[in-house]
Amino acid sequence: MKKVFGRPESLTEVPFTYCPGCHHGIAHRLVAEVLDEFKVRENTIGVCPVGCSVFAYLFFNVDMICAAHGRAPATATGIKRVKPDSIVFTYQGDGDLASIGTAEIVHAANRGENITVIFINNAIYGMTGGQMAPTTLVGQVTQTSPYGRDPKTMGYPIKMAEMLSTLKRAAYISRVALNKPANIIKAKKSIKKAFQVQLDKKGFSMVEILSTCPTNWGLSPIEASKWLEENMIPYFPLGEFRTPEEVA
Amino acid sequence: MAKIVIDEERCKGCELCLAACPKHILVMSENFNKKGYHPAKQINPEECTGCAFCAMTCPDVAIEVFK
Ligand SMILES: Cc1ncc(C[n+]2csc(CCOP(=O)(O)OP(=O)(O)O)c2C)c(N)n1
Ligand code: SF4
Ligand code: SF4
Ligand code: SF4
Ligand SMILES: [Mg+2]
Repeated sequence: MKKVFGRPESLTEVPFTYCPGCHHGIAHRLVAEVLDEFKVRENTIGVCPVGCSVFAYLFFNVDMICAAHGRAPATATGIKRVKPDSIVFTYQGDGDLASIGTAEIVHAANRGENITVIFINNAIYGMTGGQMAPTTLVGQVTQTSPYGRDPKTMGYPIKMAEMLSTLKRAAYISRVALNKPANIIKAKKSIKKAFQVQLDKKGFSMVEILSTCPTNWGLSPIEASKWLEENMIPYFPLGEFRTPEEVA
Repeated sequence: MAKIVIDEERCKGCELCLAACPKHILVMSENFNKKGYHPAKQINPEECTGCAFCAMTCPDVAIEVFK
């Protein structure tokens, strides 16, 4: 018998520190498989965020840098501009990318920086104990929206993929989900496309990944995947919002 | 012929692989691993198709698939 599925080389042997059932681990594996398939492991530099995935530098078997909260796209810009032949990616949560780091992501996309952004939207601040994120759904109860998110005072959840797709220099923007095998397969294809765009030097690429945070949602991992399907996907539609053909 | 190998020490007992297996041949073991979780285990291994849905869904990359 031949091994048809195993640990990708672009992951270290270090066990993930994520909670049981947390989708961060699936996202890591998909990115690592894509780096393996493109054979770019030794030429890749990743930038970790602040959030539960702050330890991603222990898990990805590539050169990694930790950026200050939300600043990963700016750090990645600098790296890519001095090392244009390296593959550079950021890995960011929704608190990191859509809240404290909104300015950095908008301007990196607007400049069309040739980097790939892996954006984990789990509708919450995971690491700090479950505060409301800009992506928290209307009515969703969190530590800082104990009566549910009320758009009258808290605004509506921000659709980052759609918002960044209005920028003419963004080359590839998609949204995928990790709640079931069919969606995981599609997510991998999309991550592969995003890195292909970077390899082809076509500019900025981002994959928004709808993910669970069972711990702070107060659900079992199976219930959390169901909650994602029933609540997040209807509001955050899956698909491609921008492809390189549209780049000005 | 297909076979899976579950790394019990990596498993966190999340049960996502149970829900993903189309053959319903994954269950939770009654034993504990060193982390204190009940790891997943396979029953009726002859029914395994090697589809790898369990491995794809495992957030801790604890499952290998052979075919
Ligand atoms: C400048 C600064 N402000 C606030 C924090 C506290 N903090 C740490 S992680 C985090 C949010 C993490 O949420 P997210 O980016 O969604 O990642 P997740 O843990 O959900 O994957 C915050 C606010 C910090 N570390 N630094
Ligand atoms: S707190 Fe949430 S996002 Fe963080 S590791 Fe746990 S489940 Fe994952
Ligand atoms: S490979 Fe497919 S059939 Fe075999 S245990 Fe995993 S999910 Fe079930
Ligand atoms: S998905 Fe992985 S971690 Fe979760 S129970 Fe199955 S083998 Fe264990
Ligand atoms: Mg988050």
